[in-house]
Amino acid sequence: MTLEEKVIKLVMEQLDVTREECVLDASFIDDLGADSLDIVELLMEMEEAFGVEIADEELEKISTIKDVINFLKQKGIN
Amino acid sequence: MKRRVVVTGLGALTPLGNSVHQSWEGAIAGKSGIGPITKFDCAPFKSRIAGEIKNFDPQQFVNKQEIRRYDDFIIYALAASEMAMTDAKLTISPEFSERAGVIIGSAIGGLSTLECELRNLLGANPRKVSPFTIPAILANLASGHVSIRFGAKGPINCAVTACAAGTSAIGDAYKTIVYGDADVMITGGVEAAVTLLAVSGFGAMRALSVRNDDPQKASRPFDKDRDGFVIGEGCGIVILEELSFALTRGAHIYAELAGYGCTSDAFHMAAPPPGHEGAARSMRIAIKDAGLNPEDIDYINAHGTSTPLNDLYETQAIKFLFGEHAQELVVSSTKSMTGHMLGATGGAEAIFAIKALQEGIIPPTINLDNPGEGCDLDYVPKVARRKKINTAMSNTFGFGGVNAVLLFKKYSESQISEA
Repeated sequence: MTLEEKVIKLVMEQLDVTREECVLDASFIDDLGADSLDIVELLMEMEEAFGVEIADEELEKISTIKDVINFLKQKGIN
Repeated sequence: MKRRVVVTGLGALTPLGNSVHQSWEGAIAGKSGIGPITKFDCAPFKSRIAGEIKNFDPQQFVNKQEIRRYDDFIIYALAASEMAMTDAKLTISPEFSERAGVIIGSAIGGLSTLECELRNLLGANPRKVSPFTIPAILANLASGHVSIRFGAKGPINCAVTACAAGTSAIGDAYKTIVYGDADVMITGGVEAAVTLLAVSGFGAMRALSVRNDDPQKASRPFDKDRDGFVIGEGCGIVILEELSFALTRGAHIYAELAGYGCTSDAFHMAAPPPGHEGAARSMRIAIKDAGLNPEDIDYINAHGTSTPLNDLYETQAIKFLFGEHAQELVVSSTKSMTGHMLGATGGAEAIFAIKALQEGIIPPTINLDNPGEGCDLDYVPKVARRKKINTAMSNTFGFGGVNAVLLFKKYSESQISEA
């Protein structure tokens, strides 16, 4: 499974959304119906799944699926 | 003239079944909903039995995301509220949403979430505490989620009066309508605290039955061999409406909620005092509130926990208040079948009292083989009894010295009781 597929699978589970809705530019809040608590929980799941730590100031910059993937790539995860 | 309050919808989840119908059929059949605890490993504890909710499918009422995030007590409240709203054929439209409120009581709130997140906090990664922890623990979030689900924008509150919470909630909801602050209230009690901490904590108080080898016989209110209560879980929700509001929309009326009494023992944090004067006073206030006299009371759904102290002192309170009439009225404890659902008890037992009025059947006190010393009322032992009644009271008492009593009567157009 590619990084993109892994991230999307987690987003689908956490936010109870379909594969079709999870386009890379999808905004968690505007397109996927998440609120700020949903995003915190989602990113905690990402930390667990990929063994990384997301600092609060980094968290603020993440608003789309692509942002998550780019963040993970920066951390050297493929 | 006092605004009158009627009951127009019922919803329940109890150890006897996942609907009002199943719970009532179980109760009048004299079934026990008690069994070994399955929710966690209870081997270390002296009491290993409970009245658990069984075969409940939350997906009928909430989605997968909600199941993950909400504590069970919130899910039970959403489920029973949905059943009650459907039963009442009521939809809260924007025109009266500000006149519709919610008060659902709970003794402890989201205890299982607290235990789970505390384990995360003390585990390898203390940052692993879910952002949904606090809103899953807070006891008022049952009311909160129900108000969101049904669009009730009027008064909202939560009674947290331990084992009287459901009754306090219904009593406060009734007053809210009587005082003119709302026309519709979704109210009752809920609990989902068959958890490690509750079972060990109540166990440490020596409050729980240890009849582990015979769970269905363990809850035996008023019996001489009673040895404590059996912890249970569940939810009971009723829809209350101001009478003219209910009549205007052509609602089916189950009963009138005619009186509420609430007193404090001011005595001890957990034990009732001998004679239980506060309980008698609470019943007296409910009767007076309804404009009735003690001899008008036909049935009492007792608190009847199966603890040595409660059952004796509750009996003494009934005898003190009713005098000779204490031998005429009937008393039963449905906790003999459901166990003690803590904050949910007031909701579920209000429903049993209302069904007894409606059906003319008194649910029994099962397992009452030999009445305990001083327990000498007609407790409807073992089997249900057909009896036409016009009034039914529901007693519940809670830690902290709370005594809360509801008085239901058959609905009739005139204010004068048929009794």
